[in-house]
Amino acid sequence: MIAVLDNFWALLGLKVLAATGVILTVALVIIFAELKISAHMQSRVGPYFAGGRYGWAQPLADAVKFLQKEDLVPRDADRPVFKMAPMVVLAGTLAVFVIVPFSPDLVVRNLDLGVFYALAAGSIGTVGVLMAGWSSANKYSLMGGLRAAAQLIAYELPLVLAVVGVVIASGTMSMVGIVEAQAEPFFHLGDTAIRLPYVFQGQIVGFAIFMIAMLAELSRTPFDMPIAESELVMGYLTEYSGIRFTMFFLGEYAGIVAMSAIASTLFLGGYYFPGLDSATFGPVVLLAKIGLLAFVMIWFRWTFPRFREDQLQSIAWRWLVPLSLVNIAVTATFKVVF
Amino acid sequence: MTGYFQDYITVAVFAGFGALLVAVTIGASALLRPKNPTPTKSQSYECGIDPVGGGWSQTHVRYYIFALLFLIFDVEAVFIFPWAVQLEALGVFALVEMVVFIAILLAGLVYAVRKGVLEWES
Repeated sequence: MIAVLDNFWALLGLKVLAATGVILTVALVIIFAELKISAHMQSRVGPYFAGGRYGWAQPLADAVKFLQKEDLVPRDADRPVFKMAPMVVLAGTLAVFVIVPFSPDLVVRNLDLGVFYALAAGSIGTVGVLMAGWSSANKYSLMGGLRAAAQLIAYELPLVLAVVGVVIASGTMSMVGIVEAQAEPFFHLGDTAIRLPYVFQGQIVGFAIFMIAMLAELSRTPFDMPIAESELVMGYLTEYSGIRFTMFFLGEYAGIVAMSAIASTLFLGGYYFPGLDSATFGPVVLLAKIGLLAFVMIWFRWTFPRFREDQLQSIAWRWLVPLSLVNIAVTATFKVVF
Repeated sequence: MTGYFQDYITVAVFAGFGALLVAVTIGASALLRPKNPTPTKSQSYECGIDPVGGGWSQTHVRYYIFALLFLIFDVEAVFIFPWAVQLEALGVFALVEMVVFIAILLAGLVYAVRKGVLEWES
């Protein structure tokens, strides 16, 4: 068994399957959580029958139903691009998980460029969305795709610049290195070492900017203009039906898992929690933090109304970009002076 | 095989598996789903009425100018990361340099905003 794991290809195959299994399971759990939490926030019960208790099997039942639905491709559509779009979305999202550390050793590949790679891979999905919008040959889809592209352009910058603060503080771009830096004592209170994640080490502004930009990148409310149901039917998804639609849907929730994992690793201490052994409890701690951030996103959905398209641009360029640049300058000054 | 290539192969395999997963799922669904396209079904969706004009209609892309702004700042972001990693070793000199650099870029952003890039009423 151990000898097999020494082979690079065997180990890689195992990693791909394990990572995909975890991501899809967590994505399904978040889909179910969104159904239930949304329902309770609106004084409903939500899914109730599927699976016998609490409707726990609802996402699975939906998936099985979608599998049996006819797959329609519009006559005017650009067929190869139309069919490739969901692949691009899911490929980009899966690629992010290469660098997410679940414990000091449980990481697919600890790249030196970790953070940089994560941000690059995380924005590939938007290319898929733009492909979907363009290839559908539908006016609603086109508008939705263009809106998604505009959103990426506006919010990629605050997202990237907010991370620079963390890189300055830790002095490394490796995801494992960043978590280890947060496990170091921040200061000593008498004999007790106080260990704090970066969000409490002066990166609170960076965390807030990252969360806002993350919502925009994921097209979550209040930044869900690309699929705005009341204006664009379903935006770039209008012409997608059956299993192809499901793939986009799954990709969207896998994206939530991916971005929450990055945010928890960078700002909330990742797999590290004071007093718990990282090697044993690391995965549980990280999953709990992902769940917390996903809950906040679902909460936002039922709290804030959708922005207008020019308001979205205005917030990014007038507030978030200057604020993240100031955050970099302040963090750097503290790092050099103290 | 060096670790350097293993990094690239791992990334490629993960991305490739994502695409493969979609292909396999859609292929499996082909065994279960009906296939009965009609001219009406394969029309572009336009809320139930016949589509007017082509799907790739001309659109006013308002955020064209933002793409240019984005390009400038994105190059800056790439430039800023190596600096951030090495900041502690480089010290005060690098800090002052970067603050000057950021101030120049911010001046550019302020200029663009004052020029009315963000005003949408035509």
